[in-house]
Amino acid sequence: MSTRTRPRAHPDDDTTTYREALREGLREALASDDRVFLMGEDVGRYGGCFGVSLGLLEEFGPDRVRDTPLSESAFVGAGIGAALAGMRPVVEIMTVNFSLLALDQILNNAATLRHMSGGQLGVPLVIRMTTGAGRQLAAQHSHSLEGWYAHIPGLRVLAPATIDDARHVLSAALDDPDPVLLFEHGSLYNAAGTLDPAVQQVDLDRAAVRREGTDVTVVAYGGCVSKALEAAEELAGEGISAEVVDLRTLRPLDDATFVGSVRRTHRAVVVDEGWRSGSLSAEIESRICEQAFFELDAPVERVCSAEVPIPYARRLEEAALPQPAGIAAAARRVVS
Amino acid sequence: MAEFTMPSLGADMEEGTLSQWLVHPGDRVARGDVIAVVETAKSAIEVECFESGTVDTLLVDEGTTVPVGTPLARIGTTSESRPTADLSPSTPLVRRLAQDRHVDLAALHGSGPGGRITRADVEHAEPEPKPEHDKTTGLSEPTHTATARQQGTEPGRRKRSRGGAEASTPTARPPRPVHSDDPAGERQAPQRVRSSPLARRLATELGIDIAEVTGTGRGGTVRAEDVRSATAAGDAARPAVPNVARAATARLMSRSKREIPHFYLSTTVDMAAALEWMHARNHELPLSGRLVPAALLFKAVALAARKVPELNGHWVDDDFVPAEDVRLGVAVSLRGGGLAAPALAHADALTVAEMMATLRDLVARTRGGRLRASETADPSLTVTNLGDQGVEAVFGVVYPPQVALVGLGRIVERPVAVNGLLGVRPVVTATLSADHRAADGATGARLLTTMDRLLQRPEEL
Repeated sequence: MSTRTRPRAHPDDDTTTYREALREGLREALASDDRVFLMGEDVGRYGGCFGVSLGLLEEFGPDRVRDTPLSESAFVGAGIGAALAGMRPVVEIMTVNFSLLALDQILNNAATLRHMSGGQLGVPLVIRMTTGAGRQLAAQHSHSLEGWYAHIPGLRVLAPATIDDARHVLSAALDDPDPVLLFEHGSLYNAAGTLDPAVQQVDLDRAAVRREGTDVTVVAYGGCVSKALEAAEELAGEGISAEVVDLRTLRPLDDATFVGSVRRTHRAVVVDEGWRSGSLSAEIESRICEQAFFELDAPVERVCSAEVPIPYARRLEEAALPQPAGIAAAARRVVS
Repeated sequence: MAEFTMPSLGADMEEGTLSQWLVHPGDRVARGDVIAVVETAKSAIEVECFESGTVDTLLVDEGTTVPVGTPLARIGTTSESRPTADLSPSTPLVRRLAQDRHVDLAALHGSGPGGRITRADVEHAEPEPKPEHDKTTGLSEPTHTATARQQGTEPGRRKRSRGGAEASTPTARPPRPVHSDDPAGERQAPQRVRSSPLARRLATELGIDIAEVTGTGRGGTVRAEDVRSATAAGDAARPAVPNVARAATARLMSRSKREIPHFYLSTTVDMAAALEWMHARNHELPLSGRLVPAALLFKAVALAARKVPELNGHWVDDDFVPAEDVRLGVAVSLRGGGLAAPALAHADALTVAEMMATLRDLVARTRGGRLRASETADPSLTVTNLGDQGVEAVFGVVYPPQVALVGLGRIVERPVAVNGLLGVRPVVTATLSADHRAADGATGARLLTTMDRLLQRPEEL
């Protein structure tokens, strides 16, 4: 365990950011298990494309924090090989858009080897990547494709939405003997808050109720959870009590939690930054209808991204994404 | 198939009015479900069902008065119907299809998961004959049989032959498209009610016709809230129970005094120990759970009745029949006159706190006219407590066919000699009115002294 203490971004108080929380998780993993190493484009000298691994190269050296060439297929493949050989690699892919270059490795190798080897070969690999829009990075850096990965059996897909989850998600992911994909929403990196010392681990199998309510269930994940909470606050001012469920794990879905919530509120709004057609929101709505149809008092509403490549221009980008006002409007429609 | 009959809700009840059905044909009911409201001379009583199964036919219309024992409904018992007690509303498609084909969904038995009515069930059901076709009923019956036979023997060509057969059936309407987004279909079925699944489920549970409910949702959709407010309005609109309780009490008491040779005993019970114990308990209890002396007195009567079984029972056919347990009748004066004496089952087994809670609940529901049938079934011994009315003693009239009644007066402070010294003690006068045919004074004295003794050791109550 390293005894070095590092300066914090906010030395005056206890606040930390989502970025720092992820870094602490990484540092803890690197320090506590020799098999863990981090690799990806710019993770070393540059400190990670989004600054998550800043300082880790200096702390753990080039064997543990490795810069890779610009070849997603190659370094994800190398990660799979290292995992098969007994290591616990953490691979960073800059954004979900680039991960498609490694899709063959992720889907055809990482996700299938357990099954194809009759259980003999597990791939204990963690792949981190950024997803989502909201920072004017234009279409090729802004899409939300985690729903595609949530379609694939053999993978666990996580989307930490809070600082506490960001802090502890990595150790839980490394405990999984099979490949885990970690989706970090780009707009969350600067989100600041205080770590709850009572939280020492995250339960990857359970969705979390972030706010309790009685009139409508708002199901969200990742970068949309804070928007859903903002909408719930606005609705509370109008006397509408919204329950906000944070999925946390996109595969396997904890449908017991959100269906259970809908059974109590009888109404649902699903928020998903992915495109509506064939999206994760469609899966969630479908499960609500399958399991709680006769509990519904209104059709389920969905708030998704406009079905366009995410625009660069700020106002257009805002207009294309789910926003608190749109979530609140959908909730009003289902309760009225 | 079981029969649900007009229950006897008291020894004096000869007939009852079925004021409300809470189920419809096709509803699944479980043993203990409240399925009807019956108006007796005393109050409206919710009647439970003693079978589990599916309601087949309702034989008596609401508002009809029939003698006790008259069959009111036929219930298909569990073995011959679907096993689930779950109420299974149908899907929108099935409802639309049923409407198009004039099939009464309530009369169908579902073959889907959990007894749900499926599309195939509707397709195979015979349409309900319309009144204007009554004349042709003789004709239409064989046609249907032929249709069924044709379907059965030619499964491969079922779809086509069904369409053809239906077109030639005088009672059937031409098939309509069932696409939910088809605007023509929407226009042709203007009476279809838009309603949420939850509203429909609630309506089924509450026995409300959803077509009668005004929807306030988008596009006039009936939502759960609309169904709930419809129930509330329905309750408010229910006709008040006619005040015939006075007459019923008159009839019963006349019979008692005519038939029963009463004798009366009286004793004074020192309540100091009981009240001291009660006040100590109340210090520990939350406000809502605090005890009143009646709970202790009733418990003491119930225990005494168990210890003196000769007075706990009924006089039937010139013979005394002891009751198997203590069903303590509680005489409750009704608003607007008359008495009711609902029964507290296993009163001797309740703790004092349970007695308190049960008593409070029972009295409230008796006055509100919402008693359950099981609570009106013959008590084995009745208590009448007039202490809160300020009198010191009450010598009651035995409720036939019971053989005894305990009367309790007000707890008053009196100078009492205890162990040779005079002190001021709280005392209550307990009386016994008993049927001399069933018991003698000595037996009655045993009941009162047992009660007295029990109240001296309240911690053992």
